Amino acid sequence: MSDSHDLDLLRQMLRIRRFEERCAQLYQAEKIRGFLHLYIGEEGVAVGVIGSLLPDDAVVATYREHGHALARGMDPGAVMAEMYGKMEGCSRGRGGSMHLFDASRRFYGGNAIVGGGLPLAVGLALADRLRDQPRVTAVFFGEGAVAEGEFHESMNLAALWNLPVLFCCENNLYAMGTALERSESQTRLTLKAASYEVPAWEVDGMDVLAVEDAARKAIESVRSGGGPHFLEMRTFRFRAHSMFDPELYRSKEEVEVWKERDPIELFTRRLITDGGLTEDDLATMESDVAEEIEAAVAFAEAGTWEPVEELTRFVYSEVVPS
Amino acid sequence: MTSLATPTRTITYREAMRESMSDAMRNDPRVFLMGEDVGRYGGCYAVSKGMLEEFGPDRVRDTPLSEAAFVGAGIGAALAGLRPIVEVMTVNFSLLALDQIVNTAALYSHMSGGQFNVPIVIRMTTGAGRQLGAQHSHSLEVWYAHVPGLKVVTPATVEDARWMLPTALEDPDPVIIFEHAALYNSEGDLPEQGAPVDLDRAVVRRPGPDVGLITYGGSLPKTLAAATELAEEGISAQVLDLRSLRPLDTEAILTTAASTHRIVIVDEGWKTAGISAEIAASIAEGAIWELDAPIRRVCSVEVPIPYARHMEDAALPQTAGIVAAARELVGR
Repeated sequence: MSDSHDLDLLRQMLRIRRFEERCAQLYQAEKIRGFLHLYIGEEGVAVGVIGSLLPDDAVVATYREHGHALARGMDPGAVMAEMYGKMEGCSRGRGGSMHLFDASRRFYGGNAIVGGGLPLAVGLALADRLRDQPRVTAVFFGEGAVAEGEFHESMNLAALWNLPVLFCCENNLYAMGTALERSESQTRLTLKAASYEVPAWEVDGMDVLAVEDAARKAIESVRSGGGPHFLEMRTFRFRAHSMFDPELYRSKEEVEVWKERDPIELFTRRLITDGGLTEDDLATMESDVAEEIEAAVAFAEAGTWEPVEELTRFVYSEVVPS
Repeated sequence: MTSLATPTRTITYREAMRESMSDAMRNDPRVFLMGEDVGRYGGCYAVSKGMLEEFGPDRVRDTPLSEAAFVGAGIGAALAGLRPIVEVMTVNFSLLALDQIVNTAALYSHMSGGQFNVPIVIRMTTGAGRQLGAQHSHSLEVWYAHVPGLKVVTPATVEDARWMLPTALEDPDPVIIFEHAALYNSEGDLPEQGAPVDLDRAVVRRPGPDVGLITYGGSLPKTLAAATELAEEGISAQVLDLRSLRPLDTEAILTTAASTHRIVIVDEGWKTAGISAEIAASIAEGAIWELDAPIRRVCSVEVPIPYARHMEDAALPQTAGIVAAARELVGR
């Protein structure tokens, strides 16, 4: 029998995968609208990194953040209800798929401007630094963000001020439809980090244990005053960029080759071979996950619509009379 | 207004702003200042001169020339519970931080269903008039005033320079303070015993029944000068200082329109889609039957602000133009 930690890693990846597969169906059924960006294929990254954080650390994610939200422990029902646009959603239905928030878990979104979350992460870390709190801020972004000025400005500032930021680059090779080599003169992303004197490691993002190992080491160093670190997680998104993407920019063969390195299948096989995971264990896990997701869907279905009268609430903070 | 019984002292707008920041930092350990050249250099406009020595480099932080990163970092620090004052050297450079201000600071409260608020104060210089050329002479306050979720204030007096900031720091939401560069050397009498002022009400700086002159920020001195000239001709003008562009004190604007029946709007921004257009529309919606004459706007000519003195003067609102517009409205 595999150890419980390995099983938990597998379970976390599986629940993200099944949750998003259900989201895709619900999109076809027009229960979910707007943009829907699936993380399928990249689950090992969020699970490996976020599972290595402490509850008081902070997470800043992108618009492809369902996996990060679930890995951070957000309630799948609240996330699903958000996608439905229901008031019981984690952002009250104002955010949708791209803007999941949870203050209680220090989950700061859900930022849908490429590169926009990086300065924010630097500021969260600056606050910790100024208050002497040994906390880490993990910020996720795709390789596309590396072309943004905000990436370079944020790396420089975090390094200059020695701030506790873990820069997590999810290199899935395509910024929407633009391949890395079509957008970067230097495609070795760790060299960019190195130019700011930031320790940077390349990590196999399809291997959850490799991600976890790198994340643990980096987080430990960041937390103990070692300044920002940069992880380039090499991964691949198996599905289209969004529900509107006909995928003209990459071949089916390329996708199939990467699918052979499916992080969930790889890890499952490993646990069967090395850890004694049985088909029965797996079936039980699948059924538990399915049950959790159906409960989330039921929660979203049963949710309510925020009254239109509340439209103008929260543009500014509501002052609670003391 | 200062009553005769209150002891006052003469102070510059720059000193008032510095005193305000220093005072806030002494009173609240959550407050810190960051921006380009705020520390060792003492601030591009010398507003923070001496503050590094008192508060140290952790609380008076020099930043690289990275407007997006340090404004965004201020937003992050505010989200985490601190009270940053972020100085962006000028509104011209703030365009490099538009994403962080508009897409993050302004949206996080509403977009998160009220879970987050961003108690940041962003200060920046605005305006023209010193032959700095087109790229250093913008008046783009209205760009920010357009966005729900932001508050935009424009202190024009030493009292507002001294006492708007503590209110802004108490505010749970992002407040942008626009300081017109021409005001830094202006002097005024500040009551010794001051107190924080509100951020959302316009103030009548000079009463008068004949014509209403509505303005804010760096145009206030020019407008008050125009009112003085008009008084010499027997025209008693009311001068309304907006003080805040978001929220806009529509009630005060309508009251001025209803009591003077003739309105001149003075704004260093351009007319097209400017705050002057918003003010005029508010009057058209709420007080059009009160008007005895068409609304007049004295704004910058719709050109990039030129370098040569005579050309720059011609591009900007001037006292003579305000006087002429008011005269025309009262039929003189």
